[in-house]
Amino acid sequence: MLSAIPSDWLWGLIGGLLIGLGGAVYLLANGRIMGASGIIGGLVDRSGWSTWAERVVFLTGVFALPILIMPLTGPVDTHITDNWIVIIAAGLLVGIGTRLANGCTSGHGVCGISRLSLRGMVATVFYIMAGGLTVILFRHILGVI
Amino acid sequence: MRLIYAFIAGGLFGTGLFLSGMTDTSKVQGWLDIFGNWDPTLAFVMGGAILPMAIAWLLVPGRKPLAGGEFPAPAAPRLGRNLVLGSILFGAGWGLAGLCPGPSIASLSYGGVGHWVFVAAMIAGMAVAPGVRVTLDRAVPAE
Repeated sequence: MLSAIPSDWLWGLIGGLLIGLGGAVYLLANGRIMGASGIIGGLVDRSGWSTWAERVVFLTGVFALPILIMPLTGPVDTHITDNWIVIIAAGLLVGIGTRLANGCTSGHGVCGISRLSLRGMVATVFYIMAGGLTVILFRHILGVI
Repeated sequence: MRLIYAFIAGGLFGTGLFLSGMTDTSKVQGWLDIFGNWDPTLAFVMGGAILPMAIAWLLVPGRKPLAGGEFPAPAAPRLGRNLVLGSILFGAGWGLAGLCPGPSIASLSYGGVGHWVFVAAMIAGMAVAPGVRVTLDRAVPAE
């Protein structure tokens, strides 16, 4: 049904608006910045342990809602690589990098840029450049991904 | 109420990530791959997300969060080594797998075992990150 609508761009825009709405709710209601890496990382290294329940409930919502919507859209293929070394290296880099930089696509990207935060904009430029160069190197030169 | 708001926010985030296609690693890598068959979807997602978020920031001054407490103070505009190096490492991992933290959680229920392995590795990375930060600061004092 929903998947019959052709435009990926339109769905990107609709999904994006919902992402921003989620960030707006988290900010205006709870006074928190919706950064996925910060919410997860604060649980992992316990730096955000005093707000653990809020974090766990937020992540439960992120995890659970796709399960509830899936029956309307049909199955989704995420096309993730089956190269375990690539997956593990990527996960480690994302984990270390986002915590060093204090943010990822949601925190620095969505919440930072919308606030005209210099840190958010600089971080976003660097992770997009690094991501682009990585895809060029590992896809077009090395042919790994 | 805080927990109800947190669930609504997380639910909207998860729904948006799912519907936007951002849990499809090929769409993320397709956007990063400017020399391939470029896929502009991610730009629409980012633009769509920034719009309501910008309105939310405009509503912040002079108010308090609905559930109490204070709004986060603006971070000092310091562009340190950790911000740049961390973002480069993150971007490299993002490009390699096509996943970042939000979508990696949203896709756990349907992405298969690869997504669980990614999240496990990401959590391991987050667990060692404070140590990496200390080591870096000791080797080359940041700022």
